[in-house]
Amino acid sequence: MKLKTILMGAVAALAFAPVANAERGSDGEVKIIYWQAPSILNPYLSGGTKDIESASLIVEPLARFDETGSLVPYLVTEIPTVENGGVAADLTSITWKLKEGLLWSDGTPVTSADVKFTADYCMAPDGGCAQSAKFDGVESIETPDDLTIVVNFDSPKPVPYAAFVGAQSPVIQKAQFEDCLGAKAQECTSANFGPIGTGPFVVTDFKPNDVITMKANENYRDPAKPAFATLTFKGGGDAAAAGRAVMETGEFDYAWNLQLAPEVISQMAEGGQGKPISGFGTLVERIEMNLTNPSPDLPPETRATAAEPHPILSDERVRRALSMAIDRELLVEIGYGQAGRATCNLVPAPDIYASDNTDCLTQDIEGAKALLEEAGWTVGADGVREKDGMKLSLLYQTSTNAVRQDFQALIKQWWSEIGVETELKNIDASVFFGGDPASPDTFQKFYADVEMYANNFDGTDPEQYLGQYTCEKAPRPETQWQGENINRYCNEEYDALVAELAKTGEISKRAEIAKQLNDMLTKDSMTIVPLVDRGRVSAHSNSLGGVVLNTWDSELWNAADWYRIQ
Amino acid sequence: MTDQPMAKPIPRDTSGRSQWWDVWDQFKTHKGALFGAGVFLFILLAVTLGPLVWTIEPTFIDIRARNSGPSLAHPFGTDQLGRDILARMMAGGQVSIAVGLTAMAISVFLGALIGVVAGFFRRLDGMLMGLTDLFLALPLLPLLLVMVMLFRETLSRSFGPEMGTFILIVSAIGITSWMQTARIVRGEVLALKEREFVLAARSIGTPSRRMILRHILPNVLSPIMVSATLGIATAIITESALSFLGLGFPPDFPTWGRLLFDAIDYLQQYPERVFWPGLAISLTVLSVNYIGDGLRDALDPRIRGR
Amino acid sequence: MLTYTIRRLLLAIPTLLLISLIIFLLLDLAPGDPLANQPLSIPPEVRQKMRDALGLDSPAYVRYLLWAKQFFWVEPLVFVDWVLGTGFSADMQRIVSWQFRSPVFDIIIQRLPQTLWVVGLAYLVGVLIALPIGIISAYKQYSWFDQVGTFISMIGFSVPPFFSGVLMIVVFAIMLPWFPSIYDTTLVVNDLESFGQQIRQMTLPVLVLALQTTAQLSRFMRASMLDNLNHDYVRTARAKGMTEKVVLLVHVLRNSMIPVVTVIALGIPSIFGGAIITEQIFKVNGLGQLLITAIYANDLPMVQTLAFIFAVLIVLCNLIADILYGMLDPRIRYD
Repeated sequence: MKLKTILMGAVAALAFAPVANAERGSDGEVKIIYWQAPSILNPYLSGGTKDIESASLIVEPLARFDETGSLVPYLVTEIPTVENGGVAADLTSITWKLKEGLLWSDGTPVTSADVKFTADYCMAPDGGCAQSAKFDGVESIETPDDLTIVVNFDSPKPVPYAAFVGAQSPVIQKAQFEDCLGAKAQECTSANFGPIGTGPFVVTDFKPNDVITMKANENYRDPAKPAFATLTFKGGGDAAAAGRAVMETGEFDYAWNLQLAPEVISQMAEGGQGKPISGFGTLVERIEMNLTNPSPDLPPETRATAAEPHPILSDERVRRALSMAIDRELLVEIGYGQAGRATCNLVPAPDIYASDNTDCLTQDIEGAKALLEEAGWTVGADGVREKDGMKLSLLYQTSTNAVRQDFQALIKQWWSEIGVETELKNIDASVFFGGDPASPDTFQKFYADVEMYANNFDGTDPEQYLGQYTCEKAPRPETQWQGENINRYCNEEYDALVAELAKTGEISKRAEIAKQLNDMLTKDSMTIVPLVDRGRVSAHSNSLGGVVLNTWDSELWNAADWYRIQ
Repeated sequence: MTDQPMAKPIPRDTSGRSQWWDVWDQFKTHKGALFGAGVFLFILLAVTLGPLVWTIEPTFIDIRARNSGPSLAHPFGTDQLGRDILARMMAGGQVSIAVGLTAMAISVFLGALIGVVAGFFRRLDGMLMGLTDLFLALPLLPLLLVMVMLFRETLSRSFGPEMGTFILIVSAIGITSWMQTARIVRGEVLALKEREFVLAARSIGTPSRRMILRHILPNVLSPIMVSATLGIATAIITESALSFLGLGFPPDFPTWGRLLFDAIDYLQQYPERVFWPGLAISLTVLSVNYIGDGLRDALDPRIRGR
Repeated sequence: MLTYTIRRLLLAIPTLLLISLIIFLLLDLAPGDPLANQPLSIPPEVRQKMRDALGLDSPAYVRYLLWAKQFFWVEPLVFVDWVLGTGFSADMQRIVSWQFRSPVFDIIIQRLPQTLWVVGLAYLVGVLIALPIGIISAYKQYSWFDQVGTFISMIGFSVPPFFSGVLMIVVFAIMLPWFPSIYDTTLVVNDLESFGQQIRQMTLPVLVLALQTTAQLSRFMRASMLDNLNHDYVRTARAKGMTEKVVLLVHVLRNSMIPVVTVIALGIPSIFGGAIITEQIFKVNGLGQLLITAIYANDLPMVQTLAFIFAVLIVLCNLIADILYGMLDPRIRYD
């Protein structure tokens, strides 16, 4: 599982060897700024990136993904596999072995009971656990001794690395959360605000949605780490202000997720106090085509459901023409710069799962026009194509975000060149991504012809992600408009292939199926039109060493190794 | 609203020529007001007639020319997508001025009406001030979200998408910004009501309507004028916030507030992009303010003829 | 006056209850989902469970009554316990925020210091500057002082804080590194040095906010003074041989204060509402930021509580303004 990781600045920073005085707390204070402020430090109650990443400094999983997407043991001695006997040959159980002598930050030993309790905590009914999907298929957990955890699954699990792996699923202390099971989870404020963990830092003060102050964990397993005695984690503001504070004024050491125009970032980097770093994961900005008719004239029961096929976009040729008219390289240049790559794939990474589909990368306006002609759409008097008295006019919606609005404007222009009229609409993200079935503006309801947003998957296995496009996952009134199959794509062949993927254990076969599924959604049917594989841009000050940007796990995954360059 | 008191100014020495000449004479002597009127007229002409002369489409993207500085082809430069900023300023001005004036008119009308009625009729005071407190207390954003959810589709179906959005925005701004004016006007009316001239008018049996139009309104004109000028600025800025949140005009529709907002990320690289919309908003507000000042003086019989 | 005050206070109770209900209904009607900010990788079934855990599945009237009970009964008891050290509120469910799963009031109290320091001080500074500017501008109408004052205050009002704040940071934090661009809410003021630091980090946000207040208030002050300066009583006072100072500051000022008092009174609750944009720009993270993030996160208990506290303050301040009218102008009678 090798991944291309572009590290613009981090490489230079790594060139410095770790400083000689490797002693815990010798480097004073480190200051991190996230423009979204953490609201809770318990990843089981909130899946927000800001919450998960801030908590990752305090609580840790058994194993993490590193910057290449491969698993590295954290609290365990090694990664269990079928080869080393850690995973049962029939794929129905996995055995983890804790490292010896691990201590919680309060000095008590970490045992297998804590790990088992973590699963009980998340799987308890009424707990509202945000990560319960990680524990899907877990039947029971056994703890033969203090250091061994056996997780049994109800059916063979080809990829058993979900529970206790990655920043979303850390181990919490049984003694602290014992009284917080089920419905009580919501009331355990002090535990949720200051979890006891095994990570390099412990919370001294947590002000929700504002600032967290932390100090080095006295009982961290490596006596020389962390190099910093205290850590300040400030939240709030906007990406531009965070970038400015690191790269221009030098007030902070690390700024997360700078979603800014490339030229704004490079201008900030000229400030000389810090530098941007970037890395790629699986986040893809895409245009989704609505295969059902969203017309407001239809009754609410059938509007935008499979009962009413889309009058224009049901034709595959129209969808393909719309995709051909787009110049993805230019979109990257304008919106993301170093932090984006043009892509035609829904699953752009890891390499073994990424299809070699690059047809869409060249813009072809003439080809698109020809395709529309072929489909029977002829240019009308006002330059807009028509067919049977209907205009080729589309409503194009997305969430409010400066880059997305620039993309909308550009794509509208390209589509107008091929004779497609486009009305643009932007919706506040809290409404657009909210699942309120009463609101007409959610992305699931899709009361528009095309919409644009980005999505990714946790970890490195795309099974669940590709499984979202089966027929029964289409949002519709009966499901309260819940469901992940936004396009209402429905293809028996696809559903069968998804079922096959779930049964396949061999990695190369899995990869083959995944690629096939990816192609069915993208280049074969143009249901999903991927635009940009979006990287992550963060920034760190010139004096902060040891930063390795990781898009597969928490960005702060190796904060224990950070140090001050003297 | 502002022309209502003009319709019935306090009669004074009407021998010879018409009242309005007096007002105009006084207005003319006010240099600031004349200057303000000139600037305002210029802005109005520029945004309405300008696009006839400068015919580049404000939404046309010329990607090769993006981020270019002022030149003959683009006197104000271009933005990050290569759209002509002069054309966008003119198109944005039409919307911003229309929104600013209309929303201000709604807000001042509502505020003055509620303020005068609450101050004048004691029986309605409690209820109307309760209503004012309610509106002051309502969180703005959820209120707007609800309004958009309930009315956007119906409005755009009956008036077309652009006009529908315009009506939605100006009424949203108007309905959520009249409260301060209402409180101020009411406070003034409470005091005025006890003045000798009002008591005198009342004692000769003047009906309430005449009392309000003749005696009360002209005397609360100053704070209304101030509210109105400040209201234009607020409305233009609020509109940009609404559009930014996706509650207003489509994202490619330029307005001054939006141009200003979009330019802020580029403040250090291209300061001129912030400068133009900022200047336009400030100039509009300043000129309206001076016009308001001049009008107020001209309509005040105690100053007129001084 | 006393009976009037008491009557108004009593009347305020049903008004406020009605306001709280309307706020609740409005929030309930508004589209949105407390789970909107959770990543898309969380599947819909899990989302539904999370929603249920927040109590979203119960009908609206149950949730309103629960909130009302918590606000009017449990929270006061918690306060009593805190003051007297008693245990009345043990085991009672307080108003809990959906974002933090922590009592709403604890967080509001946490946010008060920075809000009062920055927004409150800015308001005070704004009022103190605006009144003299307004008075002098009116007294010397069309003098250069008046012209400059008008110009600056109009620019100040038409330039939104999202612009002036960023401009201040670029000029005074980046180009001239005099002030920090990020407010440190963990700073404890205990000696001269930390006090200096506090002053430095407050300067920029206070400047931005005070500009707005000053601009608005000085316009109202000036307009109202101008109105009164032409009245007969001013001529009478002058004719009686009073000094200009007395005429201006005792007679004209007092009579011109009514609209100004209204504006000031309306502004005080908004101190507690915080300054949303300015707080965001300088990362002050006060009540304004708390409110706006709660609205974005659809954290209804938090929004409802903040909005209601805001409503109480508005009603109280407007009552105070009404009483002040009576003091400024004894002719105003309410009884």
